[in-house]
Amino acid sequence: MAELKTDHLVLNMGPQHPSTHGVLRLEVVLDGEVVIDVIPHIGYLHRCFEKHCEAMTYPMVIPYTDRMDYLASMYMNFGYVEAVEKLMNIEIPERVKYIRVIMGELQRIASHLVAIGTFGIDIGAFTPFLYCFRDRERILDLFEMTCGARLLYNYMWIGGLSHDLPPMFIPELKSFLKDFRKNIKELNDLLSYNKIFIERTANIGILPADTAINYGCTGPVLRGSGVNWDLRKNDPYSIYDRFDFEVCVGKGEIGTVGDCWNRYMVRVREMEQSCLIIEQAIEQLPEGDVTSAIPKRVKPPVGEIYFRVESPKGELGYHIISDGTVNPFRVKVRAPSFVNLQILPVISKGYLVADIIANLGSLDIVLGEIDR
Amino acid sequence: MGILDKEFTESNIIITKFDDLMNWARLSSLWQMTFGLACCAIEMMATSASHYDFDRFGVIPRPSPRQADIIIISGTVTLKMALRIKRLYEQMPEPKYVISMGSCATCGGPYWNHGYHVLKGIDRVIPVDVYVPGCPPRPEALLEGLLKLQEKIRNESHVKKQV
Repeated sequence: MAELKTDHLVLNMGPQHPSTHGVLRLEVVLDGEVVIDVIPHIGYLHRCFEKHCEAMTYPMVIPYTDRMDYLASMYMNFGYVEAVEKLMNIEIPERVKYIRVIMGELQRIASHLVAIGTFGIDIGAFTPFLYCFRDRERILDLFEMTCGARLLYNYMWIGGLSHDLPPMFIPELKSFLKDFRKNIKELNDLLSYNKIFIERTANIGILPADTAINYGCTGPVLRGSGVNWDLRKNDPYSIYDRFDFEVCVGKGEIGTVGDCWNRYMVRVREMEQSCLIIEQAIEQLPEGDVTSAIPKRVKPPVGEIYFRVESPKGELGYHIISDGTVNPFRVKVRAPSFVNLQILPVISKGYLVADIIANLGSLDIVLGEIDR
Repeated sequence: MGILDKEFTESNIIITKFDDLMNWARLSSLWQMTFGLACCAIEMMATSASHYDFDRFGVIPRPSPRQADIIIISGTVTLKMALRIKRLYEQMPEPKYVISMGSCATCGGPYWNHGYHVLKGIDRVIPVDVYVPGCPPRPEALLEGLLKLQEKIRNESHVKKQV
């Protein structure tokens, strides 16, 4: 008997879809329920970051960096101001360096909490989302206490910070860290080792290490495939070489190395490591003035720089070209989510429709950063 | 609108009581479309999450426009996205309400000057009931916007023909 001929079905997912994490459109080619191809269409949130930079002075660009990866605004500021400081050869006070690291790592925890919570929703678990946001609110309270904003901070300035830490910050932070350790354990019981969650994520969307490297993936997506690569260790910037922490990689104790579960678990473990870094930073935190090195006029010499940091999503690079005026000639951003998204068709082929959602959630993309 | 407008030309006790009942039911269960655009969507998520709890005002997220009463435009609307939002709005059943959340949705926000690609206000595409200012607005501000919308619904009339 001749085999039955099957037709391909093209299914449109997005731009309004609860699981696409914003305004991403996926064109899915299906054979029955098996995915043949996924084509991501981006550009629904294009906000023209680079064009805005050409029209702004250097400090005026900082609020626009906030709005790229709005889940990790502090880290977006971090990368940009450090790049401009390198370009201008500004030596910043020790206290500023430490506060930047504390804020950056808190932001990493907050970003991963959203990633984990929404991943849970995508898979069908609503409760962990509420638990994650409960903890995230406490981090946002700390940020709000410091700079007055909950989401988009404009906190790190070129040469310093907009405000010093308020007196209650350190005690509040310590009490948060103490509670948060317990909450991670709770989260593991609730979601990470949940039977249904494991069924949905383990052995799904396996990304081999060499493919991940070839596609330029970074961050938890790369480390989930077992590659030990973290810019905080491999190319230390700021003062990360002073802290003792380990780089979390996917170990494959459940599922296979490089699957959705391992990518997810890297984030959970990274939150613990961030707690460690923050604790060390609090102990070493020196006194000082945080605004003393802020230049009156930011006018870097002619030249260019590429500076990269390990943002919660991966390698975030700023390539700034200066022509000696107060406006940047060009600011190019190497956005981690943009690079990580291109792996989606590779890891989705051959799996079912529902697994696209799991794959997308485990990549943890932010459309503000992809479209810029 | 105006189911009984032939029979009742003026307000009387039956009309007002019926209106009150309908309005109370409507404003107490405003189902919201799960639709995030940009940064404000994260604050919208925070509003529906544990700390601020949108549910206590009867706002339950629905993934489909066919089941939604209210759409919150949360973030920068690009020209490419504006057409899709218009279509989503048209897919929603009556009565439907729109909250424009944040500066971007209201007037273009920080992308007002150089953003050739940004729609300068969602009210150029769909009618807006409540504007919530801020970049992004705090969850409290969004809740206030919702309460304002509920106030607006409370004063509507379904029986009398709307002028």
